[in-house]
Amino acid sequence: MSDTAAAGSAGRMHKPRKRGRPSTLRLLFNNTLATTGLAVLVAIVLAALAAPLLPLPDPDVTAPADRLLRPLAEGHLLGTDALGRDILSRLIWGTRVSLAVGLSATLIAAFFGSLIGLVAGYAGGRVDTFLMRGVDMVMAFPYILLALAIVAALGPGLINALYAIAVINIPFFARNIRGITIGLSRREFVDAARLSGKSSAAILFGEVLPNVLPVIIITMSTTIGWMILETAGLSFLGLGAQPPQADLGSMLGDGRKILFTAPHVSIIPGLMIFALVMSINLFGDGVRDVLDPRLKSGALTRPVARTAVAQEREAEPRRHSGSVLDVVGLNTQFHIGGDIYRAVGGVDLHLKPGECLGIVGESGSGKSVTAMSLMGLVPTPPGRITAGSAWLEEEDLFSVDDERIRQLRGADVSHVFQDPLSTLHPLFTIGDQLTEAIMAHRPMRRSQADEKAEELLRLVRITNPAERLKVYPHELSGGMRQRVCIAMALANDAKVIIADEPTTALDVTVQAQILSLLDALRRESNAAILFITHDFGVVSAVCDRVAVMYAGRIVETGETEVVLARPAHPYTGKLIDCVPVLGQPGRRLDAIEGRPPVVNNLPAGCAFAARCERAEADCREGDIPLAAFGEGRAVRCLHPLKGEAADA
Amino acid sequence: MAAYIAKRLLAAIPVLFGLSIIVFLIMAMIPGDPATAILGSYATPENVAKLNADLGLDKSLPQQYLIWLGNILQGDFGRSYALNRPVLDEVLERFSATLILAGTALVLCSILGLLAGVVSAVRQYGLADKAITVLVLVGISTPSFWLGLLLILVFAVKIRLFPASGMYAIYGGGDLPDLLHHLFLPALTLAVVATGVIARLTRTAMLEVLRQDYIRTARAKGLTERRVIYRHAFKAALVSVIPVIGIQAGFVLGGAVYIETVFQWPGIGSMLVNAISTRDLLLVQGGVVVVAAAYVLFNLAADVVQTLLDPRLR
Ligand code: SF4
Repeated sequence: MSDTAAAGSAGRMHKPRKRGRPSTLRLLFNNTLATTGLAVLVAIVLAALAAPLLPLPDPDVTAPADRLLRPLAEGHLLGTDALGRDILSRLIWGTRVSLAVGLSATLIAAFFGSLIGLVAGYAGGRVDTFLMRGVDMVMAFPYILLALAIVAALGPGLINALYAIAVINIPFFARNIRGITIGLSRREFVDAARLSGKSSAAILFGEVLPNVLPVIIITMSTTIGWMILETAGLSFLGLGAQPPQADLGSMLGDGRKILFTAPHVSIIPGLMIFALVMSINLFGDGVRDVLDPRLKSGALTRPVARTAVAQEREAEPRRHSGSVLDVVGLNTQFHIGGDIYRAVGGVDLHLKPGECLGIVGESGSGKSVTAMSLMGLVPTPPGRITAGSAWLEEEDLFSVDDERIRQLRGADVSHVFQDPLSTLHPLFTIGDQLTEAIMAHRPMRRSQADEKAEELLRLVRITNPAERLKVYPHELSGGMRQRVCIAMALANDAKVIIADEPTTALDVTVQAQILSLLDALRRESNAAILFITHDFGVVSAVCDRVAVMYAGRIVETGETEVVLARPAHPYTGKLIDCVPVLGQPGRRLDAIEGRPPVVNNLPAGCAFAARCERAEADCREGDIPLAAFGEGRAVRCLHPLKGEAADA
Repeated sequence: MAAYIAKRLLAAIPVLFGLSIIVFLIMAMIPGDPATAILGSYATPENVAKLNADLGLDKSLPQQYLIWLGNILQGDFGRSYALNRPVLDEVLERFSATLILAGTALVLCSILGLLAGVVSAVRQYGLADKAITVLVLVGISTPSFWLGLLLILVFAVKIRLFPASGMYAIYGGGDLPDLLHHLFLPALTLAVVATGVIARLTRTAMLEVLRQDYIRTARAKGLTERRVIYRHAFKAALVSVIPVIGIQAGFVLGGAVYIETVFQWPGIGSMLVNAISTRDLLLVQGGVVVVAAAYVLFNLAADVVQTLLDPRLR
């Protein structure tokens, strides 16, 4: 784990800094804790630097008559110690020593650690193995113990304590820097320098080091607090600063002997160590948070159990009475950093019992968000359903309470997702996961659930079902895993199965098997399927009807055969052209030129206009309605194709 | 599984070798005549001559190492002249006291840290999360030796709830309640920093796990949110936190040096500090080797637990 932790932090620091440095600074100052930390730190450092200039009594002058004065005594703001020395003066001078020692230890550790990391990462091979083994050995010691051994050998003293603390912190730098150097030494600019005949040393220090420097500095800022704490600790134990020299730790250690009679003598220096380390940590955390791209992107925000539904949402009445699912005017948005992305901008669709409707589009078209909105599985934050209704028979899924949604999930409406490796829990057996799905909706004994699970596996044509229940997902092939997911979706006789790209992660032969399995199961169980895909080939295999989505809206819908034979929307035409033709691999969806628009700033008029060969001036004005286009068909286009080939 | 454990044990052997080399080299750094340094005030000419012969100090460095290694493999860590008893006896006696203290602290910090981390993640940005975040920050910034003194002042001097020092009461103590009574403050102090670190990493791990596809699957199955969080998410987060607990064991063992000094706990940490002050170097050496070896074995145990939890590692 120390590996992953190091790799994690290394990876994080690895990311090139954002260009928006002013905004980074602003972010930092918006963080009150970090600014407070910085302010305290600056105050302490300034006081320590100015110690010789301040009107302080000599810290080492003893005055037996004035011993152990309490704080706020006359002439001694913080009182005096057992020898009558002024504590305030000693505190500031001691802080100076502690800061100097902590900083020096950090610099030494950073220098040697970075050197080891750079050389190991750049040289690779045996050198790397040798150096990193050594580093691992040092890390195999309980942290402070190695420092004790070093101090034991060299003898107590502040400088020896400094060396000891520096040595035990070298591994942190070596590991972090090595990780980044490895990444950098594979980059082009390093190759270029190598080809130009520069020596390894010149490359390492001329090209690699400047790029690694920010990481070294960040690692320093995260370890300096520790080093101050640990050197103070050694002094506290009497192994660091020796009298008359004093740092914060040795002051605390001295005061400890008179803890019961004069607690202020030990409490005050401890408070100073605490303030120093806390301010460094506060500031360091603030810096780290600001630089961490995961926090900015919201990747570390916990999604709640169900997509938020906006209060001001207006419910829409049902439109298709015989349908099992009737979605009307669905709008789903993502609110990210002040921008609003309209991922789904008013989608209507409906499903009859046993019917299979395909939703087709490129990635980013809003097809998955549409499907995941229905049962509230779009992560919030940042997702939010802002308008529309989804009628599951007589219930509006966006109006019912959370408990009702939970009851419906996996029971009346179930899901099959794209990548069956990441969608199954890696730490539970197939059997655990299947029986859990059953028992969530039908309380029964585990043995009964096991039988039922076995039956389900048989249903999805898995041989040896009893054996398979005991295995973990990673022990199965991709196709097998997806069969398990399908079995899970069938566990409670769902009325609607939402299948989100269920075959995309599989190879072609397996894809065909899974498709025919789904098709057969649908006919056996009469479940309706909402089938999300980017591939018209897949649509033609299983879907009765199809809806094509672009930029969050449906642009064409109709019976599969009709749409396939004579697409009306130019975009549909292009999608159909992308279906891989036997003997012509590589004709994929990304073959459509241009990119779909970003949905936080849609152009007026037709969203496809920028990529459309038939676009005319009127396409770029006003909203284009989804207009009826023959029997059970509709298209959102002013100049639809009329039977001619799409790319004509 | 047994094969796996055997494999891990074998892999630990080179690490233990490396440890012994490092300790040996550090001791070889002793400035001046080692025998005199080791013996200090006990350095009579006879003692010096005997120790020189025992340690093979007249031979080359690699030879010395082999002699030394051979000795410790037979359990002979030499003799503490200051205490006039074999190093190993003293070390093992002290180490058992440290194990009680550090073990309790480790259990405390694991439980509290995991709990705080999970609550923090589940209530992200809520009041509990903010409170925990601040507490964690305070915890990991507090010098444990100072915190120990504060706790003694408050709970042993002001309200006399717990004893200020020692492991057992001098009169009439010696039973388990007495031990626990003495154990509470030092174990708590020792656990503070590690609790903070574990809480922090648990929070991050939970937040990362809660974003995973399999959590969406768990919700899509219609599981209750409680089950999603405490069964599905927690188990996955635990797998990544366990190695952290293993590493924290090292910090707890090391931190025991301070806490034992502050609370006068008769463990190996306070023994080491005294031994360094009295330059009883063979005792230091023996103590460091034993604690480091125990730490290696503990990390091995953490590895095994992680493997038990995560079938992908098997
Ligand atoms: S409305 Fe115009 S721009 Fe849009 S798809 Fe139709 S022809 Fe192309």
